[in-house]
Amino acid sequence: MSRTIIDKLWDAHAITTREDGMSLLWIDRHLLHEGSFHAFDQLDKRAAAVAHPEATFGVADHYVPTRGRAKGIANSEIARMVDLLKENTQRHHIRLIGLDDSRQGIVHVTIPEQGLTLPGLTIVCGDSHTSTHGAFGAYAFGIGASEVAHVLMTQTLWQKKPKRMRITIEGALGSGITAKDVALTIIARIGADGAQGCAIEYAGSAIRCLSMEGRMTLCNLSIEAGGRLGLVAPDETTFAWLQGRSFAPQAKAFDEAVEAWRALGSDSDAKFDREASFAAREIAPTVTWGVSPEHAAPIDGAIPDPANIRDASRAAAVRDALAYMDLKAGTSLAAIRIDRVFIGSCTNGRIEDLRAAAAVLAGRQAVVPGLVSPGSSRVKRQAEEEGLDRIFRDAGLEWADSGCSMCVGMNGDVVAAGERCASTTNRNFKGRQGPGARTHLMSPAMAAAAAVRGQLTDARELLAGRT
Amino acid sequence: MDKFTTLTGVAAPLEIDNVDTDMIIPKQYLKTIKRTGLGAGLFSEMRYADDGSPNPDFVLNKPAYSKARILVAGDNFGCGSSREHAPWALLDFGIRCVISTDFADIFYNNCFKNGILPIKVSPEDLEKLMDDARRGANATLTVDLLAQEIKGPDGGTVRFEIDAFRKHCLIEGLDDIGLTMVEAGAIKSFESNAASARPWN
Repeated sequence: MSRTIIDKLWDAHAITTREDGMSLLWIDRHLLHEGSFHAFDQLDKRAAAVAHPEATFGVADHYVPTRGRAKGIANSEIARMVDLLKENTQRHHIRLIGLDDSRQGIVHVTIPEQGLTLPGLTIVCGDSHTSTHGAFGAYAFGIGASEVAHVLMTQTLWQKKPKRMRITIEGALGSGITAKDVALTIIARIGADGAQGCAIEYAGSAIRCLSMEGRMTLCNLSIEAGGRLGLVAPDETTFAWLQGRSFAPQAKAFDEAVEAWRALGSDSDAKFDREASFAAREIAPTVTWGVSPEHAAPIDGAIPDPANIRDASRAAAVRDALAYMDLKAGTSLAAIRIDRVFIGSCTNGRIEDLRAAAAVLAGRQAVVPGLVSPGSSRVKRQAEEEGLDRIFRDAGLEWADSGCSMCVGMNGDVVAAGERCASTTNRNFKGRQGPGARTHLMSPAMAAAAAVRGQLTDARELLAGRT
Repeated sequence: MDKFTTLTGVAAPLEIDNVDTDMIIPKQYLKTIKRTGLGAGLFSEMRYADDGSPNPDFVLNKPAYSKARILVAGDNFGCGSSREHAPWALLDFGIRCVISTDFADIFYNNCFKNGILPIKVSPEDLEKLMDDARRGANATLTVDLLAQEIKGPDGGTVRFEIDAFRKHCLIEGLDDIGLTMVEAGAIKSFESNAASARPWN
């Protein structure tokens, strides 16, 4: 029978399926960050061991300092979070990419860089943006602390098979249009719950043309559309990116793996439960104006008027969002002034993202303060080799170390109450970047353009003649 | 885990769609080593003014709802971060049941691990239950998990669906680990085959 890539990955990992449809899935890779201490507590309470420490990897990212790292962590509560990860992983013989490791970075950036994210694997992490790893054709999803404990103890998880959804984007993306614009366009159309209960396969010629970095950005944001996970079938782009990476198979083993990976794609006549399609040429640079990623619109658009929204609860949500964001219905998005920018995160902290931002900023000055936090230490080194750090510094932006940083503000990198931030991150929820902070989500090039103009700007205006 | 069979209590209306887990429990409360005490931070941004005083307009600050056991909320409840602190905060406040038209997947799973019953109902039934919840201290609902029914203050009944197995685990207060251990043999044999099925791993 014809199967989608989702069916193939599911079938290959289902150990047993109960009458009620719940399956026990085998988990190939388990990623941990500082938030894992509750799960280790559950282990300790049962005096249980980690079933497969060799399939488990720890990464310090959520609480790590991005500035003045050499001085240590001043805040003792935050220091304890980082220390606990070290203690727990050591105690259970789990490899750790810790604060002082040359590979340190955001889990969803550094783990793929190491070649640990491979097609056909099941990958879980106690972080909703684990969907990122789907870019390689892996079945990757976020879980809660109790599930983390369950995987630690058994290397398995009980799961209900999600509905299969295909989002197809055909055609060529316009110049200056990125995976971030694609993702925000999808979420704006289908809604923050548009892929509720679904595993998404992204397909179509526009997806095939995306780099691995672009695919990671797109899959990362699947959760913001409510998707359980998002993935792209592996192809030559995937294989070329993986070849030679530390943990990827080497030499003959790699060639054999590629043969197996080629068979993972959805069969041509496979049926999906839901389908949505978009025309690539209609996707414009997109920014958010509200407090949900679905509150997004093309940069040449305007803020919607709740008076024109028929659905009462949606109108109320828009009214509430505009009050929080201190914005008026009908305002042109390109007229919104900003107070700072943030470039980084598991969504847009990769080398390609930094290049895109630097292409806008080269030879220009930012008129607002801003922080650039590379997604990993490796990305940081590569950016410095390419001279990108100089471009950011010369423009007046701060060049920092790698971590989750201002996307979630747990390490103290926060946006002040009432401030408006142009941000390359994934959530514009109330208080996400700090209590009272106002977030506008956009691509790295768009955030860079906002830094130069001090207001939301179509980056293409600043890229004209440059690319 | 505490068993869940029936629950009678005040239901609070939270008429907001896309309630995210940052909203349920913001990051500043996540550094706690304990899982208890998080109730104080529940909905903190909406619940407290900048100076820390309670916002009298927020539903759980109204005297009628201060002891709410049930939350009736808008669509896509629990979206965003996977933090299990969200159900822990609800539980610590005293809420053991959330009713909505739909839930984000991770939050939904997290609820069952902590003895919270998330109930999905149709938009029409949600409107009916929201109406009940708006009646303040008279907004007492009875949730009967065995019968899969919610009884309103006027005797009206709303039926709901739930996976049989999840229902069983809630009623018995079972957690997954014990159930998984029963499958140890199957896991072992799967494991030995996995190496040949995915030699690149």
